[in-house]
Amino acid sequence: MSLEVLSEKMLSEISEILARYPQQRAALLPILNACQREYGFISQRTEEAVAELLGIPVIEIRETISFYSLLRRKPAGKYHLQFCTNISCSLLGAEESVASACRQLGIHEGDTTQDNRFTITTVECLGACDMSPSLQVNDDYHANMTSDKVLELIDKLKDER
Amino acid sequence: MEKILSKNFFNPEARKIEVYLRDGGYEAARKALSEMTPESVIQEVTESSLRGLGGAGFPTGRKWGFIPKDSPKPKYLIINSDESEPGTFKDRHILEWDPHTLVEGVIIASYAIGAHQVYVYTRGEYYHYANILQEAVKEAYAKGLLGKNIFGSGFDLELIIHLGAGAYICGEETALLESLEGKRGWPRLKPPFPAISGFLGCPTVVNNTETIAYVPSIIRNGGEWFAALGTPRNGGMRLYSVSGHVKRPGVYELPLGTPLREIIYQHAGGMRSDRKLRAVIPGGSSSPVLTAAEIDVKMDFDSLAAVGSMLGSAGVIVMDEGTCLLKALTILSKFYQHESCGQCTPCREGTGWMTRILNRSLTGDGVQGDLENLLRIAGNIIGNTICPLGDAAVLPVQSFIKKFREEFESHLQHGKCLAVA
Ligand SMILES: Cc1cc2nc3c(=O)[nH]c(=O)nc-3n(C[C@H](O)[C@H](O)[C@H](O)COP(=O)(O)O)c2cc1C
Ligand code: SF4
Ligand code: FES
Repeated sequence: MSLEVLSEKMLSEISEILARYPQQRAALLPILNACQREYGFISQRTEEAVAELLGIPVIEIRETISFYSLLRRKPAGKYHLQFCTNISCSLLGAEESVASACRQLGIHEGDTTQDNRFTITTVECLGACDMSPSLQVNDDYHANMTSDKVLELIDKLKDER
Repeated sequence: MEKILSKNFFNPEARKIEVYLRDGGYEAARKALSEMTPESVIQEVTESSLRGLGGAGFPTGRKWGFIPKDSPKPKYLIINSDESEPGTFKDRHILEWDPHTLVEGVIIASYAIGAHQVYVYTRGEYYHYANILQEAVKEAYAKGLLGKNIFGSGFDLELIIHLGAGAYICGEETALLESLEGKRGWPRLKPPFPAISGFLGCPTVVNNTETIAYVPSIIRNGGEWFAALGTPRNGGMRLYSVSGHVKRPGVYELPLGTPLREIIYQHAGGMRSDRKLRAVIPGGSSSPVLTAAEIDVKMDFDSLAAVGSMLGSAGVIVMDEGTCLLKALTILSKFYQHESCGQCTPCREGTGWMTRILNRSLTGDGVQGDLENLLRIAGNIIGNTICPLGDAAVLPVQSFIKKFREEFESHLQHGKCLAVA
């Protein structure tokens, strides 16, 4: 039994999700999204529990996870800085703020700081080209990023506990 | 020009159901469910010349008419709020500022096709906006506008919001259906079309968020009224997303057929720092690029097709004279490579090859014949894939090289861009 890795709260959320779909498998993405929201990432034990719950092979769950860019099998930092570097943001200088953020935190794009507080990634269009260059920190959008603004933001987040 | 969808934008009060109802909200849904047959709703939408605003421009009334009436299977309506085409951000505005218009459109469209279950597939990044919609859905249930026996008409409807998890390809309707079924977003071969075999093999209509959000206004004011706002066969208004080197990036609601020049120079405030316009992508990243000399084109499906481009999602991306167009194209090519689902060899391999060639040209390592190679690879992809992403990757490459060949050749020759100051 691997279901015990899922908390009572998680299991009841999962049964609510399952009720919204005519077929169990259709609930997979919402369930994985919910697990990631709760645990920060999708561990192997979570994969196994979800596989058991839905009666599908673990490998298919992993395949699904690897297809979707928002799902991750490793934790990210407390603040996940997702810089859009697609066309409209790049036209307005997105690369500069990415470089500044990396320099400030002393990490490369794709990495997480040692204290696990910040992760930096570059992403495709966020559907926010009216705010270009745009940045998403976890679920929150930030508009018109410049080097100065991103450094200010990082300082502010550093102070937050 | 009176606004339809954008009149409530940036007014946080307007998303409350009391305010929406006070302004005549849900009257169109009431009218449809209590005074009209499903057939007459479809008829009205057909007369409106409303076309799919997700990109393909397919006539909406006709699409609804494909749903078989005698099928014993349940029918589904799926709202496409995946909005991931670079340059496009209009559906986000609808979710954020006018969620009840979308819910009302959903009620009418579901009634027309006989669906009792609706999923709104929203891109995962729009988490907060999906929550705003969820709040509106909750309000609608509380007022009996969703759920059982709506308006006492005997019509039942459940609306479920489904969040995606990051994949551009899931905006393609059959990939979306796969994803909704809990699988990887691998597009399906068509036929069968979703109207016959869609979600879980049942008759399904997939419509864009904005398309459905225009439906209440059509039922309220009539199809003829809507049609007259646009140009022949291109009904009504739509939301143009304008981004890039303009003074006022944003969403502008204007009639179909509004000249591109007017959108850029009037509505979006003209060019930043009053620089010269160099190139415009008129309909989202997949649409062929236009030069500054081509911007008198009318922004409707047929006029753009006539000049060899596409209205698509109406995401207008504006580039000024200081733009390195090779770099712009490289970014787009990399995007399609990254988002290719990998199912078809020409798309999976071809997008990689094109990106590698563009990348090396960009960094000064290009070789003689690179442009020919790019065009050859492009020619091998187009028309040879399961879904239109392959074509979407090719159209920018072909159009940029065709229209800006001199600049590309100069970049190759000098190993750098001379346009960038
Ligand atoms: C690669 C690709 C991505 C797409 N992305 C979207 C999208 O994000 N939103 C959307 O509404 N349609 C998108 N479409 C178009 C859909 O396949 C489909 O035509 C549309 O949702 C139908 O709704 P409509 O008729 O109301 O436009 C995409 C198509 C392709 C080929
Ligand atoms: S064209 Fe590309 S994205 Fe579409 S099905 Fe083929 S490989 Fe996948
Ligand atoms: S290109 Fe960056 S948000 Fe669209």
